[in-house]
Amino acid sequence: MALMIGQTLPVAVRALLRNKLRSFLTTLGIIIGVASVISMVGVGEGAKTRVESAFASMGTNLLLVLSGTTRSGGVMGGFGSLPTLTWDDLHAIRTEAPAVAAAAPAQNVRVTVSSDEENWTTGVTGTTPEFFDIRAWHIGRGTFFGQEDLEANNSVIVLGQTVVEHLFSPGVDPIGKIVRIRNIPFVVVGVLERKGQSPLGSDYDDVCVIPVTTFQTKIQGGLQKYIAGIIMVSAKSNEDTSRAQRQITALLRDRHHIQKDDDDDFSIRNLTELANAQQQGTRALTGLLAAIAVVSLIVGGIGIMNIMLVSVTERTREIGVRMAVGAKPSQILWQFLVEAVSLSTLGGLVGVIIGTFAARALAAKLAWPYASRWDMVLVSFAFSALVGIGFGLYPARKASRLDPIEALRYE
Amino acid sequence: MSLIVATDLVKTYRLGETELHALDGVSLTIEPGEFVAIMGASGSGKSTLMNILGCLDRPTSGSYTLAGREVSQLSAAQLAEVRNRTLGFVFQSFNLLSRTTALENAELPLVYAGIGRRERARRAATALGRVGLGDRLLHHPAQLSGGQQQRVAIARAIVNEPRLVLADEPTGNLDSKTSFAVMALFQELWRAGLTILFVTHEPDIARYASRVIIVRDGRIVSDTTQVARDAALDVSPPKAA
Repeated sequence: MALMIGQTLPVAVRALLRNKLRSFLTTLGIIIGVASVISMVGVGEGAKTRVESAFASMGTNLLLVLSGTTRSGGVMGGFGSLPTLTWDDLHAIRTEAPAVAAAAPAQNVRVTVSSDEENWTTGVTGTTPEFFDIRAWHIGRGTFFGQEDLEANNSVIVLGQTVVEHLFSPGVDPIGKIVRIRNIPFVVVGVLERKGQSPLGSDYDDVCVIPVTTFQTKIQGGLQKYIAGIIMVSAKSNEDTSRAQRQITALLRDRHHIQKDDDDDFSIRNLTELANAQQQGTRALTGLLAAIAVVSLIVGGIGIMNIMLVSVTERTREIGVRMAVGAKPSQILWQFLVEAVSLSTLGGLVGVIIGTFAARALAAKLAWPYASRWDMVLVSFAFSALVGIGFGLYPARKASRLDPIEALRYE
Repeated sequence: MSLIVATDLVKTYRLGETELHALDGVSLTIEPGEFVAIMGASGSGKSTLMNILGCLDRPTSGSYTLAGREVSQLSAAQLAEVRNRTLGFVFQSFNLLSRTTALENAELPLVYAGIGRRERARRAATALGRVGLGDRLLHHPAQLSGGQQQRVAIARAIVNEPRLVLADEPTGNLDSKTSFAVMALFQELWRAGLTILFVTHEPDIARYASRVIIVRDGRIVSDTTQVARDAALDVSPPKAA
């Protein structure tokens, strides 16, 4: 077989070079097919990476624990309408659920924050220092507040970039400055690193964070036993999120004395699962695009078959001569098969190159990360070779079965 | 040992209801070193005989022994091998591959004999030298005259040192002067030891053979040995004065 390819490859290549334009047009189908596979998968991978990083930006292995709902006269109040989560629950989640790495309360309110220069209405979150780790928020300048601020009800605040931009003139260092919430002065101790947008498009940087104790005593009171908000939990690892969810569920049901058949008076949202679902969505889309690309590869293959059939007819006399001087049918078969496969793999090669550039260009335009997939390059290259074999076989067989006498007489 | 021993060759074509006997019991023996012309009108069966003797076709019945080997029932691949190693072909319309040099055309049988590239080029160049085209190795068929093209075809036929060269109307597409020159070349190769069998319908051309077989209605009607006329005499006839 190697011998036959060695013999027939130069012949095949020369035959293809003889009709350069035709060879090019024939491979165009394969080129487009492979290029679209490569670029679509590249873009799909980029989208996947983007979704992954977007969810990673929400927090690491994040679970949200929400308190229950009230029901008055058949109207459900919605999650959080009835505070059921207590500070003791938070403590229990921190200490008794082995899959939990950290947990922090988050109480939110929309208020107007003012500096000496400007004012800005934004969300203020009262929480504990673990919050920054759980949300994977990094400090840009200054520091986070610490446990001592929490214990002392200190009026300290950490600002997001958007808030800083609205409250202070450019070039002003906000650290150490005073901002006021409901006329209560807070000292700015830190500014968060810019995080950009959430997967849903809201601005991560439009936030202020203060100690939850300060929040409760100075911003928004409430029943001191309950957390008027949610508990954010980060699991130890990505794989641990489901386990953490089960552990917290069991723990809270036990603590809240919920009977076996009764519903939970809280709910848990697993953002990792949400992320996985969204990834499945992009995977399905990528698969769909790949299927379209496969169709175009098959169309390209039909183009190759068509042109090979024309070529066999055109070169009937040549085939006759080759047979007369001693070419076996199998050698004729190989000659045309190698020709078809050369066409299709050449198309595959050009397609891979064009597709890679297209994916890069598209990724750059959409500001998505570019992810090259070498396995897809190999698969589409192999597939184009396969198309050549599949669609080249029939014309090649037809050539090899010609009767030499008829072929020599062919006009 | 005889080069060709054909006994009772029959070739029948079915045309709908009727059967056509292209060959109707031909028996023939050819010794090494003969220069045989097969003559006959069109439809006489001479082409069919030629195709069978050339292992391009198989007889319906009868036996055919070529160089000591029974070849009448071989497979297509086996026949290809016999053609490659034992036979050389020259056609009326030359049948050279266009856009391919004379050297590469002459190399073609060696490609299928599995001979390496350098050895192929060497042997093809030698063969082209023997037919007087040693200075035209890299010319394409379109750059050569009809006579030169037929010489390339002859070089291709002899390149693999066959036992027998078969030529089907080798001068059919050539003017008479070029025809004589081609026949002179065949005679030269014959005198050097090659066995040649050619088909023609021109008595002028058949004169150069050492034996003339006439076919009619699928049978041999005449088989005579003669003194071959020297074709070189006709290429450049002695000029008067």
